[in-house]
Amino acid sequence: MATPTTSRDTILKAMRANAPQLRPLPDPPQAIVYPNPLEHFAATLAGVGGRFLKATDEADLQLQLGSLEVFQRATRIASTVPSLPGNVDLEALKNPHELEGIDLAILPGDFAVAENGAVWVPGTNLGPQRAIFVIAQHLVLVIQASTVVHNMQQAYENLNLQRPGFGVFISGPSKTADIEQSLVIGAHGARSCTVIAL
Amino acid sequence: MKGHAESAAPFVANEPRAHWHDESLWFVRVKRDRQAATVPEWEDLRSTASAIKAHTLSRLADYLEEFERNATANGIHVHWARDGAEHNAIVLKILNDHGVKRLVKSKSMLTEECHLNPYLEAHGIEVTDTDLGERIVQMRKEPPSHIVLPAIHLKKEDIGELFHIQLGTEKGASDPKYLTEAARGHLRERFLGAQAGLTGVNFAIASTGGVVVCTNEGNADMGTSLPPIHIASMGVEKIVPRPRDLAIFLRLLARSATGQPVTTYTSHFHGPLPGGEMHVVIVDNGRARILGEEAFRRSLSCIRCGACMNTCPVYRRSGGYSYGYTVPGPIGSILGPQRDPAAYGSLPFASSLCGSCTDVCPVKIDLHHELLAFRQELAKKGYLPWQKRFSMWVMGQVLARKWAFLLGGRLMRTLMPLLPRALVYGPWNPWGKQRELPPMPRESFRDLLKKEPR
Repeated sequence: MATPTTSRDTILKAMRANAPQLRPLPDPPQAIVYPNPLEHFAATLAGVGGRFLKATDEADLQLQLGSLEVFQRATRIASTVPSLPGNVDLEALKNPHELEGIDLAILPGDFAVAENGAVWVPGTNLGPQRAIFVIAQHLVLVIQASTVVHNMQQAYENLNLQRPGFGVFISGPSKTADIEQSLVIGAHGARSCTVIAL
Repeated sequence: MKGHAESAAPFVANEPRAHWHDESLWFVRVKRDRQAATVPEWEDLRSTASAIKAHTLSRLADYLEEFERNATANGIHVHWARDGAEHNAIVLKILNDHGVKRLVKSKSMLTEECHLNPYLEAHGIEVTDTDLGERIVQMRKEPPSHIVLPAIHLKKEDIGELFHIQLGTEKGASDPKYLTEAARGHLRERFLGAQAGLTGVNFAIASTGGVVVCTNEGNADMGTSLPPIHIASMGVEKIVPRPRDLAIFLRLLARSATGQPVTTYTSHFHGPLPGGEMHVVIVDNGRARILGEEAFRRSLSCIRCGACMNTCPVYRRSGGYSYGYTVPGPIGSILGPQRDPAAYGSLPFASSLCGSCTDVCPVKIDLHHELLAFRQELAKKGYLPWQKRFSMWVMGQVLARKWAFLLGGRLMRTLMPLLPRALVYGPWNPWGKQRELPPMPRESFRDLLKKEPR
């Protein structure tokens, strides 16, 4: 008796039978570079509703953060940036639901992308509860100014995808335009996104 | 099944609203143009994206196997479904195995195609669509009218009224910011109460065994980082070979879709939450068959950006529901009849063949050529209504004979102005329903040319 064929085998067999002639995998095109990628990043971030700040050193970074309205107004602050501690002990939270009600999350980004204002935040930068980056009411991302790459092609050449794991490009605050194409900031995730470059 | 023109009738009957719909979508098209212009290598990106897709389609089975191997190594459970029914049964089984009664979903056109929601609801699962536009149409018990902008057919007053009834917002309130805030509160409760999250898949990477989901709202991230179980439904065509290939598509997708440089969140899932489970359901549902069709296989390259809809003069003026298929617009007019030519045979004719869709497509699908090819297919297979076949036959006869053509032209020029309006614009002239014929010239082009001094 023949062994029963699985859906997997049926699909793969049909695909092989119907496959077109082999076509080559192309090389990527020459991608745009900017005279000053950090400046371009700041402008693009502003264009997608985010805010950019430049800190001169660690002490200035503390000052810049302290000057933010979202920081001053925040009661519960969670941080995974060692030099900028919050007041919520993330390790003590038993489940992600306890993150609800966090006003501000301060997270480190590994690098930023000039062409689209995105910051790469790998899962390992998020602490014990991954939901922190999206459930917090406001977001501050801290990056090194020297890590800004020009474009996404360059970004993926340098990207170390953790496996198993999670990683996210974040470009500005959460937004929607689902009601009559009117842009509204703060759909489900962060209502504001400030990137501070050191 | 009603044809496109019949289904569009109620939409076009409301002229100011149809005009508003047209303008809303054109606004998105203009934003797309502005973004595309910021990338000098835009055309090279499109060609590269098209070539990556062509390569991937030529080795689809290999890449899917590679993806499965790597995803499994990442701790992801991989399932295979031949069709929508099998997909739905797999999803239900995962939910039942974990006693899940409340599911939050982010946008997935594939689950629309498989009719997952009604199936799960019939089996006692509460399903909440969490993309704002999708939640709005779900509350109205309607399907999305656009793949990226599901509620583009509604005005803010419609949504204000809906939210007043469903969410208790103030009567008459229609400020988008206020309404979005109400939805945020309502959906946070659903996210926090959910036991599992389901997402679509924008891209799956073969070499790393992970999937990528793009949203602006962050709903896919809420839905996959609060509940412990993540199910991702993907069509077989979503695969890309490597992360560096993904970069090309991410540069094109949001710029083409909404005129943004990238979506707010581009999330890479390479495994479950700690202590949780992640499942990927790979769905064929007719795609392997389309792969074998030379003339139409390029439609499998589609990355669902919706740019062809936003630019299409027919879509903009007839609305998403006039297509009657999960995916409307030019790309839907190819995908629909591929699935069921009898039901969706009128869709390839819902086009002026102007080629604007082909011009904006980020992966260079030859949309208007495929629409034309499809018309010929449908004619050969006998799916055309008799009126169309008859008029085409008459035109063929006339155009094949010089004397008939000349006589026809003369009759039109002399008799037409004399005929009563009721005769010209009768029910036999659907073209004239909302259009006026131009005044008949006294002389033909041929006559004018004869008079020209050489």
